[in-house]
Amino acid sequence: MAEIAKETAREHEAVLSLRGVSKNFGAVSALTDIDLDVHAGEVVALVGDNGAGKSTLVKVLAGVHQPTSGTITFKGKPVTLSDPSAALGLGIATVFQDLALCENLDVVANIFLGRELEPLRLDEVSMEIRAWTLLNELSARIPSVREPVASLSGGQRQTVAIARSLLLDPKVILLDEPTAALGVAQTAEVLDLIERVRDRGLGVVMISHNMEDVRAVADRIVVLRLGRNNGIFYPDASNQELVSAITGASDNSVSRRAGRRRAMQQNSEEARP
Amino acid sequence: MTDNAGNHASTGPLLDRADERVKHEAGVGGALRAFLDRVRSGDLGSLPVIVGLIIIWTVFQSLNPVFLSANNLVNLLFDCSTVGVIALGVVCVLMVGEIDLSVGSVSGFSSALVGVLWVNQGWPVVLAIVAALIVGALIGGLYSFLFNRFGMPSFVSTLAGLLAVLGLQLYLLGSTGSINLPYGSPLVNFGQMLVMPYWVSYALAALAGLVIFLAGYRTAMRRKEAGLSSQSLASLVLRAVVLIVILEFLAFYMNTDRGVPWMFGLFVGLVIAMHYAMTRTKWGRSLNAVGGNREAARRAGINVRRVYASAFVLCSTLAAAGGIMAAARLASASQQAGTGDVNLNAIAAAVIGGTSLFGGRGSAYSALLGIIVIQSIASGLTLLDLSSSLRYMITGAVLAIAVIVDSLARRSRVSHGRA
Repeated sequence: MAEIAKETAREHEAVLSLRGVSKNFGAVSALTDIDLDVHAGEVVALVGDNGAGKSTLVKVLAGVHQPTSGTITFKGKPVTLSDPSAALGLGIATVFQDLALCENLDVVANIFLGRELEPLRLDEVSMEIRAWTLLNELSARIPSVREPVASLSGGQRQTVAIARSLLLDPKVILLDEPTAALGVAQTAEVLDLIERVRDRGLGVVMISHNMEDVRAVADRIVVLRLGRNNGIFYPDASNQELVSAITGASDNSVSRRAGRRRAMQQNSEEARP
Repeated sequence: MTDNAGNHASTGPLLDRADERVKHEAGVGGALRAFLDRVRSGDLGSLPVIVGLIIIWTVFQSLNPVFLSANNLVNLLFDCSTVGVIALGVVCVLMVGEIDLSVGSVSGFSSALVGVLWVNQGWPVVLAIVAALIVGALIGGLYSFLFNRFGMPSFVSTLAGLLAVLGLQLYLLGSTGSINLPYGSPLVNFGQMLVMPYWVSYALAALAGLVIFLAGYRTAMRRKEAGLSSQSLASLVLRAVVLIVILEFLAFYMNTDRGVPWMFGLFVGLVIAMHYAMTRTKWGRSLNAVGGNREAARRAGINVRRVYASAFVLCSTLAAAGGIMAAARLASASQQAGTGDVNLNAIAAAVIGGTSLFGGRGSAYSALLGIIVIQSIASGLTLLDLSSSLRYMITGAVLAIAVIVDSLARRSRVSHGRA
């Protein structure tokens, strides 16, 4: 009985939580008093307009930037993410928008880049097996891991980048615009991939501009506006609600445009005899 | 564990062969077909150099039958070794997408240093050589410091180095202008006469094939155990046998004259060691990664600065080594050492051999193949009693052709999705 209670308590406890995190660049406050919780097995979408602070927040979580104030708690312990390797060491992996793959190297070399097995006599066989295992767990469709990454499609490269971030068994994975620049089918593949990562029990933080993608996979949608929290939504929220939270007003260019179309439709209906 | 993997291999499809969209070739014929496929899509590897070499040799042999005589080829091997070692260092810096224009000056300077320390100052020869190598390494260290700290383009820093180091060489040699290294000393013997005993050359040729076979066999067994596709035993044996036959024939042919020079043995040994380091170690992987995408390498946690530093230091050290070998070959350290075409021959050799100027693509063997091409042209034209003006023009044309072939192959690789 106590076991179960503990189990549920652990489930509700966030893997990663931020309280009152602020980040100033000189006179500019990029982030102000941000609160964010990421649970295991949950996809949190981070949305906001350009300049809302999404990328800054991800960089703080990845250890690229250090917050000016506020606390970051990882698995119940306060931590400082002084550099990217500290974040990685704790179990926070990041896939940046420009995937940062070496196109001249093959898939195995890219997945193990910087973490090769046996530095003086590379263990290619073990690395290849591990690469296939990772890719198969993600049900990824990569034709060959011995081809240079240059020969892969955009979606496949995204897959390789995500597989690489999973190599160190992270607890939280941050995805910066994972579906930008992808076609319809490849976007669907990457969204499937994100769900499989979540089903492995990882916390996923995903930045996206595409409301459709966000609603398709996110369990919670955190809206940032001008560097502040501007509401938490669930995937059943309407587009109207999300857009007004993102732009900060119910009267915005998106709603005005929708209003114009409605008016036009009404006009044409009235014009009809 | 082994049993389990074995079962897996026998029942299901192999781990890396599960995707039915990809065509996989098996066996010896399959390996040949895969090779032809690769060539057609522009992944030429060393093929253009080898074809070019055959053309060059055919032309010169038809013009002067002495060209392919064992005596001339042994001389060719002696001459290859000196600039070849320098070119091997150039491959290192080219791999990270940088350049070292001062290799010629560094080689000349190190030969002067050995001459001064050994002959004039009376140091033991080994100590003089070590000192010259260390100074070479320091020069490379300086380039990498300028590059990493100040972001100074290597083109400029090594151009400055070319002049400054040449000045140092002239200063060291002083008014006399050249220092003769004593004939009969081990260093000069090494550069001019020492050849392998016949049995050593045959044994090394056999050993090369054996090592290739055993390494391939071991990998194939491990892959099979793990449920990955593996090379067939037949193709492994075939490869090793072909290699042994070719090498034994070459050794036999050289042995009809003086034999295989130890200096060439040293050069090939360095090439093989560099090839291993570039393909089988973490350092080599980092070198490739930095040359391919510096930012990606940095984010992967690779210490990019250290990789650059290692490339520059290795290049200058090998240039110094090549300079010492050249001094031994000529039995003198002169003001002319390392000037003229040494610099450009070394860089051209690396490029003709197939190392890309843009980084991330190349191999240690390109130094070996490239320098053989360049020295063949030089030797052939000397035999025809043609002036160096023609030699420069022809070498320049070959370099241009090599770069054109590389560019065309790159375009083809891009369109075949292999770039």
